Amino acid sequence: MRKFLISILSIVLSFLVGALVLKLSGISPLEAYSVMWEGAFSQPNYIAYIIIRSTPLILTGLSVAFAFRTGLFNIGSEGQFIIGALSAAYFGFIFHFSPWIQIPLVMILATFVASLYGGLSGYLKARFGVHEVLSTIMLNWIALYISNYAVFVEGLRRPDMETTEFIQPSTSITILPDWKVSDAGVEWLSHHPFWNSFLRPPVNAGIFIALLAVVVVWIILNKTTFGFKLKAVGFSPTASEYAGISTKLKVTQSMMIAGALSGLAGATHVMGVSKNIAALATHEGYGFDGIAVSLIGANNPIGVLFSGFFLGALKYSGQKIQSTLEAPSEVIGIMIGAIIFFVAIPKIFDFIGDFKAGKKHD
Amino acid sequence: MLALELKNISKTFGTFKANNHINLAITDGEVHAILGENGAGKSTLMKTIYGEHHPDPGGEIFLRGKKIEIDSPSHAIRMGIGMVHQHFRLVRPFTILQNVILGIEPRNFLGMIDYKKARAKAEAIALECRFDLNFDQKIESVSVGTQQRVEIFKTLYRNAEIIILDEPTAVLTPQEIKDFYVIIKNLKAQGKTIIIITHKLHEIKEIADRCTIIRKGEYIETVDVATTSEEELASKMVGRKVDLKVSKSSTVNSDEVVFKIRNINVLNVKNLPAVTDFSFDLKKGEITGLAGIDGNGQSELVEALTGLRKIQSGHVLINDQDITNLSPKAIYHKKLGAIPEDRQRVGLVMDFKVKENFVLQTIDKKPFSNYGFIINRELNRFSNELIARFDIRPTDNEIQASALSGGNQQKIILAREIVHNPDVLIAFQPTRGLDVGAIEYVHRELLKLRDAGKAILLISYELDEIINLSDRIGVIHKGHLWADLGDSAIKNNPKLKEDIGLYMAGGKPV
Repeated sequence: MRKFLISILSIVLSFLVGALVLKLSGISPLEAYSVMWEGAFSQPNYIAYIIIRSTPLILTGLSVAFAFRTGLFNIGSEGQFIIGALSAAYFGFIFHFSPWIQIPLVMILATFVASLYGGLSGYLKARFGVHEVLSTIMLNWIALYISNYAVFVEGLRRPDMETTEFIQPSTSITILPDWKVSDAGVEWLSHHPFWNSFLRPPVNAGIFIALLAVVVVWIILNKTTFGFKLKAVGFSPTASEYAGISTKLKVTQSMMIAGALSGLAGATHVMGVSKNIAALATHEGYGFDGIAVSLIGANNPIGVLFSGFFLGALKYSGQKIQSTLEAPSEVIGIMIGAIIFFVAIPKIFDFIGDFKAGKKHD
Repeated sequence: MLALELKNISKTFGTFKANNHINLAITDGEVHAILGENGAGKSTLMKTIYGEHHPDPGGEIFLRGKKIEIDSPSHAIRMGIGMVHQHFRLVRPFTILQNVILGIEPRNFLGMIDYKKARAKAEAIALECRFDLNFDQKIESVSVGTQQRVEIFKTLYRNAEIIILDEPTAVLTPQEIKDFYVIIKNLKAQGKTIIIITHKLHEIKEIADRCTIIRKGEYIETVDVATTSEEELASKMVGRKVDLKVSKSSTVNSDEVVFKIRNINVLNVKNLPAVTDFSFDLKKGEITGLAGIDGNGQSELVEALTGLRKIQSGHVLINDQDITNLSPKAIYHKKLGAIPEDRQRVGLVMDFKVKENFVLQTIDKKPFSNYGFIINRELNRFSNELIARFDIRPTDNEIQASALSGGNQQKIILAREIVHNPDVLIAFQPTRGLDVGAIEYVHRELLKLRDAGKAILLISYELDEIINLSDRIGVIHKGHLWADLGDSAIKNNPKLKEDIGLYMAGGKPV
């Protein structure tokens, strides 16, 4: 409970920091924040965009949080995301099944490949003592270059483009893509302005998968013997080893599941939004944002759900102050940094407790 | 003349009263012990004197009759009060001299540290108080005993007249403890006033003049040590009558060997031999003590026997089944239980709840789980049962293990191992850091197990504990079984303690 309070206080403080930066840039903070508020919630399609944005963040946040509960710092969410996205793009392109088979098959395969990729870091740690922070950072770059290489492989590459071919329509998890543009759909939507607006963005089923993942992770951590042992290893590897829990196996398993969750983020992104992958100059940051989501969500699945939505909304609405007020949207990055800064040093909030108890010394 | 007087000192943390209207009067030049169980509020009181805590309003502190307020440790030091904490605060890569002068370095006219001047002052003090220190040695290369002497010396260098020592012998070997007593006597001869926080009774008898007893944050009384017996001190501390030496029934001679260690060799972390060609038998219904000085292969031996460390050669058999190099889990289920040396790091997951710690090894078994899902109802039932049976406090099974006192933490481990009903129990330093009441409890439980026909291996650095409980005593020295004393060698030997002491040091009685 205290941790959530700290997260909320940190968020409040970060808005003050953001206000200061905006003020220094000569922009009224009140105006900027009201533009952000309107830009986030005033139209149904804005909310749809926030949901789309939040989906991968919730999943990568879960990935980081899960590993953290086993005492592992998964910096590799980014690379696992890329591997998941690449696998989904590949399998989604080469398979031609009906959607009922195609969608689960592609998603499971992409998740599986990413779980092996994440598990590799765990195995390296268990077998050779390679610290997971080092191995995952390096594997992030390896994933980026594998992906960039794969984009240009003939057969997968879209002719004359720096992207892969689109996945088969049967792989798509976008909601009602054909109906939206059909005559009947256009006719119906014209009478229902809310849905007309809400369905304009590529709304997809990814959010349901993310919600399901939140529930599953919560159950694993709180209700199963597997989660019990993972947490024991996270809290005390020595006591776990003594109690007969194989810490090496648990480390590998934990990283596999973390990899699977990040890979699922990549897969839903490709299957629901982008439909293919492009050559990248550098990391897109879905995985790195997952670290922030996990920290703000106190490494707790339910917390991650809320902080994922919050960060998605912040990032989406942050763009709006650039176009409307010509304010630097970097202020959003500063705010996220500030939140993490405050979350990381909860001691600064102790004064509040002291103040309330009235036992502050002079 | 009173060196220090505390009147009506209270300290509240939240709603918890750590100290409740305590009075304390320390005479100039005496060695004054503060006795109390773990969590009685001794350290809080001392931290108040040292300026680390501020007492609640209403309390008064007098230094040589003058009322004072102590704002901070540096303020306390300026007034001639020094403190040596239980956990040393030294810079390991620095030399002893550098550590001694840290923070109050004398400077020359260039503003650089004047080591010459520092050394001259340090050597003068060392000579005066008879301290044997090589000031150029680095802290990381000296023994724990020397580190403690450096800490004491630091207070002298800062002109302390009143020196507070927090559990000074907790980390020392028997030989270092003797050296420590000598230092205290020298300091007293120099006219220093010394306050020692402790829960070890023989230590008080050895060096203290007077003793103030604190129980549950309350002042009980101040007694003259010379005219008070250890038993009386213990009863006042715990608040009830305590047996310092639990009586044991005579041996149930069964001669049935349940646990055999045969010529095992084990390496330490640096891949050097730690246990060499070690053979030992445990019999049913016996407590076998293994005495030895810390660091003679005991840790490696226990790790090897419980499956945490590889046995290079040799065999371990339980009920004639070979368990050499099996996994910790497999060994546990062959009915070998263990109380590890370090309960906080190895025995318990401190951030887990009490009920979760009870089932660390058995969570996979019915009734605690079914198809991988934890059955919380069973966890609650089981933990409440154990909490009641072993009188663990507080009785809340949802509380984190780290919130319990050391004695209650040890009870969790004991309870867990006892209900598992092992044939062999390895108890490694089972009373380390526990107070008298808890020690008595652990000793009784071990004897109960022995009388129930279990084989117990008691490994301890406390010779008294070994002699009190064991039916047979082995001595480990540099990884070898140096001596093996059976029933006849233990009984009717007035010089038993001295003999074992000699064996422990690697010698033989003449």
